[in-house]
Amino acid sequence: MLQTFGFIVILPILSIAVLLTLFRLIKGPTLPDRVVALDLMTTLGIGVIAAYAIVYHEPIFLDVALIVALVSFLGTIAFAYYVEKGTK
Amino acid sequence: MRDLIAIIFIIIGAAFMLISAIGVIRLPDLYLRMSASTKSSTLGVIFVLLAAALFFDELSVISRAIAAIAFLLLTAPVAAHRMGRAAYFNGVPLWEGTRYNDLRGKYDQKTHLLSGSDGAKPESSLDKTQEVITS
Repeated sequence: MLQTFGFIVILPILSIAVLLTLFRLIKGPTLPDRVVALDLMTTLGIGVIAAYAIVYHEPIFLDVALIVALVSFLGTIAFAYYVEKGTK
Repeated sequence: MRDLIAIIFIIIGAAFMLISAIGVIRLPDLYLRMSASTKSSTLGVIFVLLAAALFFDELSVISRAIAAIAFLLLTAPVAAHRMGRAAYFNGVPLWEGTRYNDLRGKYDQKTHLLSGSDGAKPESSLDKTQEVITS
């Protein structure tokens, strides 16, 4: 029941959210706007992976969610470091 | 019963993530957008991971979900703080309806130090963010 519900309702909602964020990633006037949009896209991607693990009954995908969270944190920190360094 | 609670949790999580995406589209300012993208999307992911933990109901899955939640709660504020600080130094403008900017004139743009710490000369440097409307 949760699996069909997730396939019909939850995954489309999350896809729409990722597409809206992609619009901000393309439009964003400055570089930090784009970095924030990219960070939000990876956070939404963690949610998509968790919902996918529920829908297809594959609990091994939660490991992927953990690793994606780690890598996206490092990526955002690196972007912030170089954006701040570029102003000196 | 557990399935029903999992469905409620996953609905709440998806709603929070959709709201954060709408906020990133609609809000006028980088800093306001950052408040939408950090807090509500983290809460949404936490609810979806809790739904996964309730749905699978195994010890390994529950421990992974709790580890992911703890990691998100630790890293999301740190990443947002670093990004907001970098954007403020980069001169990203505030929204024109902003009433208070307590950091204006307090940062030394050369050394990136606050006034009050060692070696900071805040009065000599101009802040690149725009003037605050005081009315």
